[in-house]
Amino acid sequence: MCFFEKIRTSISSFPSQPLELSSLVVALALALPVVIILLHIFSGSFSLWQHLWQTVLVDYVSSSLWLLFGVSIGVLLLGVPTAWLTSTYIFPGSRWLSWALLLPLAFPAYIIAYTYTGFFDVAGLFQTTLRELMGWEYGDYWFFEIRSLTGAIVMMSLVLYPYVYLLARTTFLEQPINIVNAGRSLGHNRLSIIRRLLLPMARPAIVAGLTLALMETLADFGTVQYFGVSAFTSGIFRAFYGYGDTAAAAQLASVLLLFVMVLIVIERYSRRKASYQLTKGKKALPKKIYGRKAILATTICLIPFTFGFILPAALLLYWTFFQAVIDEGFGQLAWNSLYLASLATIIAVVLALLLAYAKRYSKKTVVRCAVNAAGLGYALPGTIIAIGVIIPFSWMDHQLIDWAEQWFGAEIGLVLSGTLVALLFAYSVRFLAVSLGSIDTGLQKIKPSLDNAARLAGRKPLQVLREIHIPLMRSSVLTALLIVFVDVLKELPATLMLRPFDFNTLSVRAYELASDERLIDAAPASLLIVAVGLLPVILLSRSISSNHHD
Amino acid sequence: MNKRKRCFTCMIVLGAFTFSSLFFSSYTLAEKVEVQQVSVYSARKEALIKPILKTFTEETGIKVKLITGKADALLTRLRLEGKASPADVFITVDAGRLQRAKASKVLQAVSSETLGSRIPQNLRDKDNMWFGLSQRARPIFYAKNKVQPSELSTYEALADKKWKGRICFRSSNSVYNQSQVASMMEATGVEATEAWVKAAVANFARSPAGGDTDQLKAVAVGVCDITIANTYYYGRLANSDNASDRELVKKVGLFWPNQNDRGTHVNVSGAGVTKYARNKDNAIKLIEFLTSDKAQNWYAAVNNEFPVVEGVESSPTLTSWGSFKQDSVNLSKLGELNRAAVQLMDRGGWK
Repeated sequence: MCFFEKIRTSISSFPSQPLELSSLVVALALALPVVIILLHIFSGSFSLWQHLWQTVLVDYVSSSLWLLFGVSIGVLLLGVPTAWLTSTYIFPGSRWLSWALLLPLAFPAYIIAYTYTGFFDVAGLFQTTLRELMGWEYGDYWFFEIRSLTGAIVMMSLVLYPYVYLLARTTFLEQPINIVNAGRSLGHNRLSIIRRLLLPMARPAIVAGLTLALMETLADFGTVQYFGVSAFTSGIFRAFYGYGDTAAAAQLASVLLLFVMVLIVIERYSRRKASYQLTKGKKALPKKIYGRKAILATTICLIPFTFGFILPAALLLYWTFFQAVIDEGFGQLAWNSLYLASLATIIAVVLALLLAYAKRYSKKTVVRCAVNAAGLGYALPGTIIAIGVIIPFSWMDHQLIDWAEQWFGAEIGLVLSGTLVALLFAYSVRFLAVSLGSIDTGLQKIKPSLDNAARLAGRKPLQVLREIHIPLMRSSVLTALLIVFVDVLKELPATLMLRPFDFNTLSVRAYELASDERLIDAAPASLLIVAVGLLPVILLSRSISSNHHD
Repeated sequence: MNKRKRCFTCMIVLGAFTFSSLFFSSYTLAEKVEVQQVSVYSARKEALIKPILKTFTEETGIKVKLITGKADALLTRLRLEGKASPADVFITVDAGRLQRAKASKVLQAVSSETLGSRIPQNLRDKDNMWFGLSQRARPIFYAKNKVQPSELSTYEALADKKWKGRICFRSSNSVYNQSQVASMMEATGVEATEAWVKAAVANFARSPAGGDTDQLKAVAVGVCDITIANTYYYGRLANSDNASDRELVKKVGLFWPNQNDRGTHVNVSGAGVTKYARNKDNAIKLIEFLTSDKAQNWYAAVNNEFPVVEGVESSPTLTSWGSFKQDSVNLSKLGELNRAAVQLMDRGGWK
């Protein structure tokens, strides 16, 4: 026992020094903006708090809780069954649906909200046509009020479920056949195998996806503002825009952050020591289903795809080609978006790999805490992250400027805060959680004993990495690449605040037109965001599934 | 092995690409350009500023660099960049934000005869830190088939119980509503305004959602009978390429309120020269250009905004609405009252 323990510690500490050190530096740098926001708790006055408490705070908190609750149900209902079906069965359309189900991810939540409102609102095409056909007036009939809390929940569920779908599917695809067989031989039926064995095994992945979706929900401002839902972010923005009080906005954001931390801790605690790691063995092959079952499966998978992608995309297409005013410069915009998203994705995934490995191999609490802290940026609205980035960057810039003037007499201008460096850093802070979540789940499934066995068999650490980890981690890394890419493409507030002169992206263009209430003119840019996002979605998801069907 | 090598090369190329592009991008931006130029931070959307900046460059040869964004975000950036800020001009679309920029000490006083003579006193800062460039009024709009103009008089009268369930206002997050409430606070006092907000909220037909255009459409369709909105949204619907928009707007009438007292609430878009502007002369030239007949006409024609310069010909749409008395409150005041206005709306339950 003692002997094995020794080997284990010696193996698991093998890359410790450089890995721990570099990961610590990276994690601390990435946590800096969040820390700066948190520090605002101790600065500024609290005068606003009393006012907020007496007036709107309760409303903000309860709306946000309802939103979280609703979106959880929504993304789980849309994400898990579809992931299960497309990974375990073959039915009509299952092949293309398996990647098509990811496409709603390419829609920014506020764009789908604008699109649906433009169509289903009282003055929208649908209700107008309905009134004309039936000869009704407003009030003669009942119609779902799209701009409401429920509407916001539906919109967000439709675009956020792919997080759950993607991560759950990756796990379901890896379900070992012997687990299912063992379950069967123990007398469990199909449902109870799912409930007792497969769902718990997929739980870390499902929860990782759910966490991403919920963090995005909490950080969303565009949709809730447009729908008139007074969520907690409304309060943050009211403090920032309405009261012009950055400190108060940061204080509110800190509260949001604490809330997210509590959620994460609760989740970790409820999972406690249970960890589900990949056992060796053959992966289960997808089973063909026929008849009514097949129709049902296709229908279930078609629902989120239709409402999350086909319908809004068709509306945008229609507006783009029949009604919108298209101005020039779209090529440049698309290129800027593509270029920025690619750079940011590479950076975020490389950093996540570094941190995930550090977390795996380091026994030091400080490293683990730092890594966890680095991922908190995702829960904060982009504007708040941008403020947290611009404060230290402009400070460093001022130091650099003074230094350059003193030693070289040169005027260098803003080297960090006025350039893409600041923006890329902000993206890394904001989206690290996304890449880390995916890579971490991937790593968790590789048992440490597998490393140990390989080491005992005389493999060097790098060989272990190459021969065991790289093949096993491939789909997790691809997943991380995919989500970060699409997320950066959609990202708006930080881009808006930190971009350099004359640098425009598709999401900025779409937002500017939409917020100027020119919904229809925003359609071409929105459509292009989706189109640019499609290519990697399709390529990577094909690569993920081919990896499993090899 | 081969595959692995390829992968490795791929990583190196990608890495090199990343770093070179980072350096390249920062280099080009830090590079000192000798040509005449001016840099603009604009809360005015690209579509409504870039064309006129282009004309400016064509006429003067001065290159313009532009970043657009939300007023408060740009303001934060400006403040933190301090002395090193590359911005020369700050442009925004609400008097409250202009005042906030002044209060954040990011603007400087400008002495320009052109600006002093062309812009009326109440539409510019008393210390010449910012200048109004175009005006937008915020009148009452009503459903023609349900409301007679004779039933309407003032903003204050919308608190009357007879409008119960008949009013659509957009959210109090909108700066236009904030400035409007600030103007009422200045005219009628805090208590009266708070009572008004509470009464008006009690008359809401629905919880606030959407923008000004959505409120106008809601009136047209029959969700409610009354709203307030900026004039250019109404003008835009009336001139829309979309036939259904033009049909909708025909059902909505425009009423200029408070004609017998202070006048209809008016807000401005405006600009100021930043405190640490490196191209101050060019910055002033740009703002002066924006008050030229050509630029004033352009805003009237393209976005149905009222010129600030008197005697400038406005668009047919603007003329069709008739002339009206506008609230001549000094707009600096609205900025000063902005925060109090937001808190008042919170207390009044205006979401």
